[in-house]
Amino acid sequence: MSAELTILQAGPSFSIQDMGRPGYRSRGMTIGGGADRTALHEGAALLGQSPDQAALEMAVSGGQFTANQPVRIALTGAVMAARIGDEPIAWNASHLLPAGAVLTIGGASCGNYGYLHLGGGIDTPAIMGAKSCHFAAGIGRAVQSGDILALGTDDGANGIGNCLPAPERLQAGRVRFVSSMQTDAFSDETFARFTGTQFRRDARANRMGVRLDSDAGGLFAENQLGLVSEVVVPGDIQVAGDGCPFVLMYECQTTGGYPRIGTVIPCDIPIVAQLAARSELRFEHISRDDAVAAQTRHQAELNGLPGQVAPLLRDPATIRDLLGYQLISGAVSAHENPYQTQED
Amino acid sequence: MSEWPKIQIVGLSGILITFAGQMTEPANRAALAFRAAVDAAEWPEVRETTTSLVSTYLEVDLAAVPPETLQDRINALLVAQDWYSAPLPSGRRLWHVPTVYGTDLAPQLEEAATLAGKDPDTAIRELSQARVRVLAIGFAPGQPFMGELDESWHIPRQANLTGAVPPGSLVTAIRQLIIFTNQSPTGWRHIGQTAFRNFRPADDPPFALNPGDELTFPAISRADYDKIIASNDSGNGGADVEVLA
Repeated sequence: MSAELTILQAGPSFSIQDMGRPGYRSRGMTIGGGADRTALHEGAALLGQSPDQAALEMAVSGGQFTANQPVRIALTGAVMAARIGDEPIAWNASHLLPAGAVLTIGGASCGNYGYLHLGGGIDTPAIMGAKSCHFAAGIGRAVQSGDILALGTDDGANGIGNCLPAPERLQAGRVRFVSSMQTDAFSDETFARFTGTQFRRDARANRMGVRLDSDAGGLFAENQLGLVSEVVVPGDIQVAGDGCPFVLMYECQTTGGYPRIGTVIPCDIPIVAQLAARSELRFEHISRDDAVAAQTRHQAELNGLPGQVAPLLRDPATIRDLLGYQLISGAVSAHENPYQTQED
Repeated sequence: MSEWPKIQIVGLSGILITFAGQMTEPANRAALAFRAAVDAAEWPEVRETTTSLVSTYLEVDLAAVPPETLQDRINALLVAQDWYSAPLPSGRRLWHVPTVYGTDLAPQLEEAATLAGKDPDTAIRELSQARVRVLAIGFAPGQPFMGELDESWHIPRQANLTGAVPPGSLVTAIRQLIIFTNQSPTGWRHIGQTAFRNFRPADDPPFALNPGDELTFPAISRADYDKIIASNDSGNGGADVEVLA
């Protein structure tokens, strides 16, 4: 019998996501894939598997799940309250979901996109080389209540009961960007106003792009109407006719006619993706050399994630069924018990 | 020395070679041909290539590969021939896509005709006889930007977007036509409706059109359109296709 995850109750915007579909830009399709790529790496590190495994992306709202056999899970990205049965479980951590037990995940308290990773990954059929849903392209669909997702074979590497430090990107408050093709189309005054303004995330945000708002007045390019439609890349900060910056995400269009004041560097795109509605954000302009250094550092951090994974320690004061644990007899194996207690 | 072609850095994502400051037929030809040459060169640093109307884009991880490492090769290729008079890609096809003009299916035909200074019948006659080329694929999967129509069709985009046009819509602005892939808001005017599907995810290949392909949009009646819709399993929408030499 192969493992399956049943979605008992889906939030309004659940989707299967992975690292996307590169290679179709010339055919009009951007890469798509998980909005917070760093979270995909974190889940992979926790479960000791490839970051290319597909996970469930949960936008803002969580849901309820059960599995037909014991399944290893990991939770990353936007922080959401989670429990198995009545037992609260930690975020940024890996756990065992016993067969038939109900996993309940609440709404995001910090960030937008939470991820449920599964041992062996989600094993739905690939379409054009990837399992991810690309809403804008019409590939795949939202995961809905009642859906049953096939899971891949789990080799169990890394076990369960591990955690990673809480990430800083959920409330970073600033992103770094570099100049790009049309930065010079904006006057020095407009550019200075852009970098000096504290923006707020508008309610209009999705996997294609995130609109920001401020009271500082519109950012208008010179020769705004004279631009030829040109290549768009994820991270581009597009300024449409309303004068507000709109940061393009992985599911953006491939070309666009609006001027772009700069490009958010790739490692900071998850910060924009995770920016909660009405949260504040500043844009910090950096040189190309600094951007390359930041990106190189980020790649090293991703590569080092498996080394950051540590056993989950549990505070005895928060264990509701403390009396149920055999704390003294020595019958509890620290290796088998995911809820390892602090030892003297 | 001309300022074109111009080489620009695109964030940390790639390098753009632009052949003109506005859409022209030779610049579009240059972009297509230069891309084919880059693909043939198989430079290991280039992950993916594409064209927009007048540019060739090379996707390169500039955090790992400094742009300077490609600069000499790009320059050498640029001077290797006159890209503005290069032949179009081989294996191109000519499509004849049946189209209903106007009616409630395409409510902006009259408005577009007026802007182009014609009565609706003249507009329909011209549009059904025009032969256009796929200048670029972009915005949505498989979505063609086609042109150029004659100068009288240099009509602006609308100031206010149309809320949603359906898949297969034929829309126009700035001497170009687009068939929309998916339901979408647009600033272009909805002049015709086809049953043609640009993107067919279950097919191999899933994309119908290639840059350089040519199309005509012969007028059909609403009744013929309904017949096509009823048996449109291929997504071709009743189109005839022939291979160009």
